[in-house]
Amino acid sequence: MTRLTPEAALSRREFIARSGALIVTFGAAAAAGRLGLAPGTAAAQGINGNPATQLDAWIAIGADGRVTAYTGKCELGQGLFTAQTQLVAEELGVPIDRVTLIMCDTDRTPDQGTTSGAQSHPANFNQANLALAGATAREALVQMASTRLGVPAEQLVARDGAVQVTGDATRRVSYGELVGGRTFNLPLSRQARRKHPSTWTVLGTPVQRLDIPAMVTGRYEYAQDVRVPGMRHGRVVRPPSPGATLASVDEASVRDLPGNVRVVTRKNWVGVVADKPFQAIQAAQRLKVQWNPAPALPAQASWYDYMRSRPTRETFTTNSGDVDANLKSAARIMRSTYLYPYQMHGSLGTSAAVADVRQDRATIWSSSQAVWPLRNTVATVLGMKPDQVRIQFRLGPGCYGVNQADSVSYDAAILSQADGRPVRVQLSRQDEMAWENYGLAFVIDQQVGLDAGNTIVAWDYIGWSPAKGGRPGGNNPGNVVSGNVAGYQIQGFAPRSPAPAPSGDFDNGNNVASSYVTGCVGSMCGGTGVVKSERFLSKVIESPFFTGPLRSPNRLQNTFAHESFLDEIAASVKADPVEYRLRHLRDPRLREVVTAAAKAANWDTRPSPRPGGRRNGVATGRGIACVLYEGDNGYCATVAEVTVDQDTGVVQVRRFVSALDCGPISNPDGVRNQMEGGLIQGISRTVREEVRWDATRVQSVDWRSYPPFYLHDQLPVIESVLINRADVPATGAGETTVTVAAAAIGNAIFDATGVRLRQVPFTPERIKEALGTRNSTA
Amino acid sequence: MAMFNLTVNGRRQTVDVDPATPLLYVLNDDLELRGPKFGCGLGQCGACTVIVKGRAVRSCMTPVNTVGGAEITTLEGLGTPEKPHPIQQAFIDEQAVQCGYCMSGVILTAKAFLDQNPRATDAQLQQALSNVLCRCGVNVRMMKAIRRYATQGVRA
Repeated sequence: MTRLTPEAALSRREFIARSGALIVTFGAAAAAGRLGLAPGTAAAQGINGNPATQLDAWIAIGADGRVTAYTGKCELGQGLFTAQTQLVAEELGVPIDRVTLIMCDTDRTPDQGTTSGAQSHPANFNQANLALAGATAREALVQMASTRLGVPAEQLVARDGAVQVTGDATRRVSYGELVGGRTFNLPLSRQARRKHPSTWTVLGTPVQRLDIPAMVTGRYEYAQDVRVPGMRHGRVVRPPSPGATLASVDEASVRDLPGNVRVVTRKNWVGVVADKPFQAIQAAQRLKVQWNPAPALPAQASWYDYMRSRPTRETFTTNSGDVDANLKSAARIMRSTYLYPYQMHGSLGTSAAVADVRQDRATIWSSSQAVWPLRNTVATVLGMKPDQVRIQFRLGPGCYGVNQADSVSYDAAILSQADGRPVRVQLSRQDEMAWENYGLAFVIDQQVGLDAGNTIVAWDYIGWSPAKGGRPGGNNPGNVVSGNVAGYQIQGFAPRSPAPAPSGDFDNGNNVASSYVTGCVGSMCGGTGVVKSERFLSKVIESPFFTGPLRSPNRLQNTFAHESFLDEIAASVKADPVEYRLRHLRDPRLREVVTAAAKAANWDTRPSPRPGGRRNGVATGRGIACVLYEGDNGYCATVAEVTVDQDTGVVQVRRFVSALDCGPISNPDGVRNQMEGGLIQGISRTVREEVRWDATRVQSVDWRSYPPFYLHDQLPVIESVLINRADVPATGAGETTVTVAAAAIGNAIFDATGVRLRQVPFTPERIKEALGTRNSTA
Repeated sequence: MAMFNLTVNGRRQTVDVDPATPLLYVLNDDLELRGPKFGCGLGQCGACTVIVKGRAVRSCMTPVNTVGGAEITTLEGLGTPEKPHPIQQAFIDEQAVQCGYCMSGVILTAKAFLDQNPRATDAQLQQALSNVLCRCGVNVRMMKAIRRYATQGVRA
């Protein structure tokens, strides 16, 4: 029998993201057997992301000619509902207001796994899935019309919901007449020809988002808004610290409270249900729970040293085998270490879900980005089969990866099953922040060798990062807090050192390799740069906190280290940062975004730091950073212009100029909105955000202890340069600018002050400390 | 439990709740309004904002027994998708939304302030949005939308 692993349920990039870090501790096949499923079925294995190949799964046309399209890629606030509606309207040739898009409902829409990793455009806007369904349907309609009208297909055109004879609008037959109310009974045709971007009239245009009018008037239904008849309200009581176990619960402590309070426990999981939300909150606060303490957490003051000291699971992205020799023979060697903290999704609203669990059927309303994996894992929690569980996606507050949408879905499911009625759970701010799956902390050691001409001849990287849990996959709910405390295991960790030699194709899905190396594995080279001697070694340790993909997971941290280090090297050889990048880049599209951003920013060509800079008061500077996101999923370069108040240590970004090449653009205003949002998020994460903890628990539990970038904060001017390419595949756009923001800001601070910041966040205290060191050594 | 009369979006409503219940839960669960949202429960983000007697108030921290009889306006009370209020229209025009969960905080805080200070400077406006949070980073567009509305207001 095929060996089934939870990893099999992950998308390629998530699998790579964790490559080697996690091993099987949970037999999906055995679990499937317990649930009475045939091993080998996708559902039994918990394998998701195998969308339907039949046209009828994607598109239906009613008798009135209205088009209903079904997609497994969800709106997360990134505008995908509108962009996919544009796509269907364009390919089918119908007005956009005649298309109804159904998103992410496990009973109705194709299984497209998880909406994540800027993978929705690659999945649905190229020659596959939703785009191919639109093209297949259009060609089928033209064929039907050809028969009906007795005119060869070549003389027909599909337009405005009908097929007509080219040049004779009086000879036409509408889609409703052709297929209305019936099925196509056709497979998706790989040969179906999509409309060329040069002919687009709906896609590629800045169509206003269809959902915004409801959002700004308070009519939009979020996961937090779902209410069903007979519903009660739940609240969870999480352990006081990671690893604490339940000793006892005193149910009598809430017996006198109003609201028909019910207490539910399961292993270390504790929750309450009451008639009204405020009653549930009060009951959760009042409930007396005794916990067995957990071992102390590693001290935050020495956290980065601790990371280096732990057992590791090691993986090479690339290793040319000659790095040590080339470093030895180099004219000069440069070394730097970069530090990045745990950060959180910190969604604006706390996660919420509604569960209606019946005897043989369960429905969950959830804002999970992974509705199909969630269906399987909820089934595990409830002891049901996956096809007895229906997940209905509703947008939540911006998620950016794995907030607690999945976790709270298990909470609601457990309570509803115990209570016998539908239950809604919304987490407290503290429970949201203390227990979510944090974005990864990193320690990155960089080393390069330079030749006599100041060109990089060898690049050596070692990156440490922690992992624990992640997006729930397979049939295992244990990768997030609620599933874990309810008794399900976290995917395991097995140290492995040394790393095996890299094999297969070069894959830079985590941007482990810098943009300036050739990226060769075997005889194939997939990198964007020219440096042939390359060694990129990742070392994963076990995390004390849950971790998961947070917008630009790994890529952001690695790019901060790569693009800051490249800037340090350029400065040390007195080269202009743009010129020095171009000297080491061979990929023409990456070179073009760098050039385009520099040009639009009116880049001041010279080495950093800015000559004649002041030692006190406000200093100004500019910096640049670039990336080919995930090694193959969107090109971006960004220039940041900053001011640094050298008396207070406060840095302010005054201007961003960002150039993006994501192939053919579906909606230029949507792309700009994503670019701008990524840059503002980038400021917040670069200058403010860091998860703090003490010996027993996370201390970052609200917006005072985890300060974000607010609307009252000083804003930069943002200029976006879009490079629209018609004849290449569509790539992602949503995670590109945030990936380069920290490095661009840090490089600009260096330009302004001559001080290099190697640890995020760039708080006033850190900046002042670095300035103090500069001044005392000057 | 006790009875409270609330005038919400021009409609007089009666609810029977624990007097300490935060107004937000009454609006969401007793009156089934979607505009105000739970964000933090601590007054640190603005997602639960409503307008009470002309002022922006954080409904997550406002016990229902302190607003009895007062005029309360939620995001729904300003306009509809078909006929949005001018400040809502400004957000549509600027496409100043990503996930949209923060809309009550941003729109109602700005509106309440501009209603009382129609000639506010940008700096004053930004100050008025103190502790209003958008995590998607739509800040630049939101400020543009608010200025667009403010400019119209001065002209009117």
